[in-house]
Parts: sequence; structure tokens; C-alpha cells
Amino acid sequence: MRRLLAAVALALIAAFLLAAPFAFKPYGVFILGMWAVMSIAAIGLNLTLGYAGQISLAQAAFVGIGAYVTAYLTTHGWPFWSGYVLAALACFAIGWLLGYPALRVQHHYLAFVTLAFTTLVYLVFRNEEWLTGGIYGISNIPRPSVLGLSMEPPRAFYYFCLAHLVLVSLATWWLIRSPWGRAFVAVRENPLRALSLGVDTRRYTLLAFALGAGLGGIAGALYAPLVQYIDPSPFALGLSLNLLLMVVVGGSGYFFGPYLGAVVAVLLPEWLRFTQGYYLMAYAVLVVFLMAVSPAGLLGLADRLLRARRAAAPRATP
Amino acid sequence: MSAVLEVHGLAKRFGGIVAVDGVSFDVRAGEILGIIGPNGSGKSTLFNCILGQLKPTAGDVRIDGRAVTGMRPCDLNRLGVSRTFQLLQIFPQLSVRENLILAGQEHQGTLLSRLLGRRDAGLSQRADEMLGFFRLAELGDERAGGLSYGQQKLLDAAMAFMAGPRLVLLDEPAGGVNLTMLAGLRDRLKAINAERGATFVVIEHNMEFVMALCHRILVLAEGRIIAQGDPAEVRRDPRVVEAYLGQ
Amino acid sequence: MLADILQLLVAGLATGAIYALVAIGFTLVWQTSQTINFAQGEFVMLPAFFVLIAMGHFGLAFWPAVGVATAVSVVVLGLLFKRLIVDPLIRHGVLPLVISTIGLSILMKEAVREFYGADAQPFPPLATDANVTVLGTAFSLQNVVVLALCIAAVGALQLFLARTRTGRCMQATAQNPTVARVLGIRVERMILYTFLINAALVTLASVLITPIYLAKFTNGEWLGLYAFIAAIVGGFNQVRGAIVGGLLLGVVDDFAAAYVSSQYRLALPLLILILVILFRPQGLLGRVEERTV
Repeated sequence: MRRLLAAVALALIAAFLLAAPFAFKPYGVFILGMWAVMSIAAIGLNLTLGYAGQISLAQAAFVGIGAYVTAYLTTHGWPFWSGYVLAALACFAIGWLLGYPALRVQHHYLAFVTLAFTTLVYLVFRNEEWLTGGIYGISNIPRPSVLGLSMEPPRAFYYFCLAHLVLVSLATWWLIRSPWGRAFVAVRENPLRALSLGVDTRRYTLLAFALGAGLGGIAGALYAPLVQYIDPSPFALGLSLNLLLMVVVGGSGYFFGPYLGAVVAVLLPEWLRFTQGYYLMAYAVLVVFLMAVSPAGLLGLADRLLRARRAAAPRATP
Repeated sequence: MSAVLEVHGLAKRFGGIVAVDGVSFDVRAGEILGIIGPNGSGKSTLFNCILGQLKPTAGDVRIDGRAVTGMRPCDLNRLGVSRTFQLLQIFPQLSVRENLILAGQEHQGTLLSRLLGRRDAGLSQRADEMLGFFRLAELGDERAGGLSYGQQKLLDAAMAFMAGPRLVLLDEPAGGVNLTMLAGLRDRLKAINAERGATFVVIEHNMEFVMALCHRILVLAEGRIIAQGDPAEVRRDPRVVEAYLGQ
Repeated sequence: MLADILQLLVAGLATGAIYALVAIGFTLVWQTSQTINFAQGEFVMLPAFFVLIAMGHFGLAFWPAVGVATAVSVVVLGLLFKRLIVDPLIRHGVLPLVISTIGLSILMKEAVREFYGADAQPFPPLATDANVTVLGTAFSLQNVVVLALCIAAVGALQLFLARTRTGRCMQATAQNPTVARVLGIRVERMILYTFLINAALVTLASVLITPIYLAKFTNGEWLGLYAFIAAIVGGFNQVRGAIVGGLLLGVVDDFAAAYVSSQYRLALPLLILILVILFRPQGLLGRVEERTV
């Protein structure tokens, strides 16, 4: 019954995502593409934070590195896929290195190390004009062609992003159900016991960091051709905090948490544009309130309500 | 028969305090060794030194003749040394079967095969067999956190035996378990020793439990071995009585 | 040359002293309640607007306006912050509270932008734009006044913590709440006091720093970062550490801007932060926290 319900819900969402570009104006299609890209970045952070339990404020830096690598290469005549692969690999490698502090320090210290990293990377984006164009950024970023089909039109590029989201989702689904996913949870919940069962906690922690970072790089590689003009400002600390909120508000450690978090943080502000600055204030109040009632986020809350109802049902009919 | 575990001259000092003071012993294959001693006699420190949680000040530890002193716990575990903790340590939100699969998955294949291979790492059957052996057969799909305390304790022990270890170190397995469950646990530990030749070392406070389970007992006081022998010998030894009741 | 260095040093110490105030408050709140306040920067940004509102809308003179702002801050950033945000969340552990204070920082920023505007507002300085000449070197009066006020405030706080009964109870609470409770100290009340002191400290910092950088809703972003760095570099679990961290940061920052590169001025403090966390996580002055295995 529950499975059927979930399948119907998924089918409806898929139908909406496929049909939406025909109902929306180009700007609306662009925003949906942004939702897909931010979802990918948040899925990466959810691996690091939600499954492996390492708090990271570096995700904006990885999205930025992915975006700049892709933007630089594609505007210098290289094909899109070279930028894409290099972005993912570079972020994976840097993420692996950034994971080393996580082995030495935990929790808030790790938050501050990754926070410092994000700010340092931002300074490089802003100041190394020869490479990044400084505050003027990089413009005219081309969109790729796939099998001779140009992804230049907004609708085509939206489907391109959506296809990536689907692939990333399938890969993540596989990953968290594989022995790796089990090891991540073990490292998060009880590293000492995990270690005593032969789980190499050091290696899995680094992997969780690196994989999360790699997905951040992929999100960046899509972000650059999506907006077609990048400058340093979107990749400041604010984006890292925003992605962290997405993961936590959606429900960290829940598979569908990042998608929901990205809806709340990317789509709703656009749809509720008429509320102007009040939306962000309401969002902030929601975050504070949600943490008090359900630190496991919206999905955690839904989970709890469903369980409470099921537990209450037999008592209702004695 | 050759020794599975050899401990030679092991010592551990914390500043000026000597917790373990030159302890030597071995454990033969198929043996159940008990280590007893009053509080603060150095049992737990000894365990932690053997298991690589603490770095010994002096002495060495060998498994099947191979020096393992200072090895990381995960590498030691993959060499076949398994353990349980004083406090229950299971993964409450994983299912009972998943707990067991986790306990076995790192002992086979490669990192890559664990990502790309089967979800259960081919261990479902083995897990179900362990569940059967520890009388948990019906509970494989339950959340481990939903089990009774006694059942969780059995699961904890089953996890230690999951990968077919050479040696298991049990840290106070009887702690907090009620009498009926205790008999069940002792029965299962005896069975796994008799039927499968499992070798293990038990630290325990509960004398009855140790006497009924172990083939041989070491008595530790103030970081030294003051007596050893089979349960009957140890029970008669006046030094043991003194260590527990004296001063 | 020497005069330049002396001037830079005093200017660096003056801003550093302000960072130290913010870092002390951050550290006190962290010690007693395990609250890592990611909104600490916004806590410094906001009181300046209280002063501006008191002057602009209620026609108060500067000093009465500062008094009103202090009172409002102590209630809003001290009492209400603790009651409405920290208390309900503390039992969930550190991360939800961190997330919550991130939410709070967004709320404060957006509220100021919405209700007061996005433009930088001038803020009355405490001293005229004059110089004081000591030993042939001219120092800005502004810097000297800031430094004097900070020293007075920190000195008063230290006296309070060390010499009064309440102060010693607060220290005991910070070091070990469980033991403090056994000793009959009213731990809850002591924790509340640290929140109130934090509110007073950020208000003072706000009044001192805003004349230099103007009142703007985004000020909290970098102020918060500097407070974190000062607190961690000095030693997360010590008031003394926060003072040293703050002063050091102010001086390093000023010298980096003058002699290294103004574009990368923020990089040096950040690198120091990373190195300290990796190689001396207890901070320059901190003790290693005892841990039981």
C-alpha cells in the first residue's frame, strides 16, 4: 500500500517535471533547471553530512570550482565533456584532501575549517583575474550538443539538467544501498564499533567527503552553462550555508531530503516572489521552528507523523 | 596445539600509574580463557592494549605468531581478531540482518566490489545462519533497536562471530543481562566453542558465569597475574580470595 | 617608518580589541551552553540600527539612544535569544542549534534590509576626527578612545568574573555544569547571565565598529567570521584566549592589508585559523580538554 502510494507520487512528480517546460515561460524553465542543479549539489552534501555525519561548509567552493573549470575550458575551445569530467575529478581529489582535517577534528571545528576553505576559494575566484576574470567573471559560456542535438534552447538544456539529476539520483540510490552506504551509516553512528568490525573509518570518511565534493563539482559543471555567465559572488559562503539548510530542512540522511530542501530554497522563493523580502524571513523562521520540533527536517517530521498515526490506529478501534 | 594469541611482557603506564605491569600469557586454539580481577586490576586496559585501542608502554602481542602491536583496530579485525564492548554496541536503526552483514562485509572482496557488487555482499545466507545459531531467526528484518536488551546482547555477540574470527575478546558479556538470558548466552557461547572450535577470551565480573564457561582462568590484581588455572583451582586459591576480599 | 608601524599597530589593536569583545561573548556563550552562535556577526550588526532608530524615529540624542539600544539588545539578543531559540533546541545537540542560528542570521539580515534599507548608513563617531601626538607619533583619537573603552570593558568583566560571587559561580558553570549544580549554584541563571553579558558586549562592539564601516545589513557576515577566528585561534575555552586572539587578528589583518595585499587580506587570518585548528585545536592559550575514553 505504502509502496504503491510512493510509486504514484513519484510518477506524478516525474510527469510534472517532464511536462513543465511546455507550460512555463523560459524563466520558469530556467528556475526548474536551477532546482535540478542545486539538488545535485545538495545530494552530494547529504552524502557527506546526512550519511557520513561530517558537517561541511565547503560545498559552495566545489560548485564554484566545477563551474569555473567548465566555464574556462568551454570558453577556450574545449568540449563540454572535458570540463565536466575534469570538474568532477578535481573536486573529488580536493574533497579527499579536505577530508583529512575531518579525521583530526570533528563537528564545529570541521565546520570552521571548511568555512575557511570556502572563503579562501572565493578570494581566489575574485582576485586571480588572469584565470577567472576576477569580478567581471566569465561570460558567453556555451551549452553543449549531445548526439548532434544542440542543448542551446532553454527547454533542451533543462532536460539536459534533469537527465543528469536522474542519473545522479540512480547512482546515489545504488551507493547508499550498497555495502558502502551501510559503512557510511556505521561510521556516522558509532565509529568505534565500526572500526572493531573491520570498517576502515578513515577511508570511508574520506570517500564520503570526496564523493560529496565530486557531486558538487558536477553541479557546478552544469551551473556554468545553465546561467552562461559566472562571477565569484554566487560561490561565497552564503551558498554553502544555503545548501546546508537545504539538506537539513529537507531531512538530512533521507534520500529525498535534498530534493525537497531545494524546492523550499530554490523554487518557492521564485513562486512567492510577490512576498519580496518577507519570503526569506519566513524561511528563516521556518528553519528555527523546524529545528525545535524536528531536527530531522521536513521528511523526518512526516516520517514521525505517519508512524504516530499507524501506532494510534489500532488503539482507535479496540 | 599452537597459540592463537601470545601476550608477552605487556605493560601500560599512565603517567606515574602502572595499570598493567608485565603480563604474559597465551591462548590456544579452541580455548575459552577467562580474565577476572577486582575493579581497577587492569583488565580493561589489558584488553585495550591487545586490541590496539591503547598503545602499550612495553611488551608485544602476537596473533598466530605475527606481531600486531600498535596495529589499527580495523586491520586487526580483518586479521581475525574480533571483540564486543562492555556497553552494548549495535546499530539500532539498521535491521538485525544488516548489522550482521556489516560485521562481515569488510572481510571479503575489494573496496570496488563492495560498491559495485551485491547489496548484501553475498552474506545474507551466512547472516541467517548466525541468526539461527543465536536463536534470533525470526527477527532478521526487525530494526535492531526494537529488540529486547537480552536479544540485542545476543546480536552483539553474533556480530563478533560473524566473520569467522580466529579470536574473539568479550568484554563483560554478562553485564546487565537477567538470569534467564544469561543462561541462554552462556549456552550459545559454549555451543559456538564446542561445535565450531571458536577461541575466545572473556573479561567478566560475574564469577558464576566465568566458572561455568571458561576452560582456564587468569586472575589479575594491580596489573599482574596473581594466579591461573582451571576454574576449580582458581576457586581454591587463597591468593584469589585475598585479592577480592583482602586489604 | 617606525611611526608608520606604530600607527598601524595601534589601529590594529583598536579593531582587534573590538573583535576580542565579540569573541569573548561568543566564547562565554559557547562555554556555558554549547551554543555555537553563527548569528554572532549579526548580533554586532543589529544594535547599531537600534541606535539609529532611537535617534531617527524617537529623536533621542546619541548617548541616550545608546542606552536604549543596550537595553533592547540585552532583552532581544540576550533573554529572548536564550528563551526562544537556545532553550528549546539544546537537548537536540549541537548541529540543530547551529542550523537554527544560521536561520536566525538570515532573519536578522533580511529584517534590517526590509525595514531599514539596503544602503550603508553613516553612524556617529565617538570621538572627533583628531589626532593625539605621543612621542612624536600622531595617533587617531578615534582609535585611542576605542582601545580605552575596550580595555575598560574587558577589565570590568574580568573583575566581575574573578572578584564577585556571581562571577565565580559563572566560571564554575562554564568549567563544569554538573559539578556546579552539585555545589548548589543556580546553573540556569548563570547561563542566562552569560547570554546577557554577550548581548551587552556585542552592543558595545557595534557602537565602536559601526562608525568605521558604516551601518549595513551585511556587516555581520565578516564580523561573525572574525569573531570565530579570534575565538578559535586564542583558545575556544578561555576568555583570555579570546582577548589574545582578537588583538592578534586585528594586528595581523591591518599589517596584511598594508604590507602583503589588500585583496588577500582576509586570506592570512583564514590560513592561521586552518593551521591552528589542525595543529593546535585547543588554541594558542587553550588547555587540552580532558577526555575520557
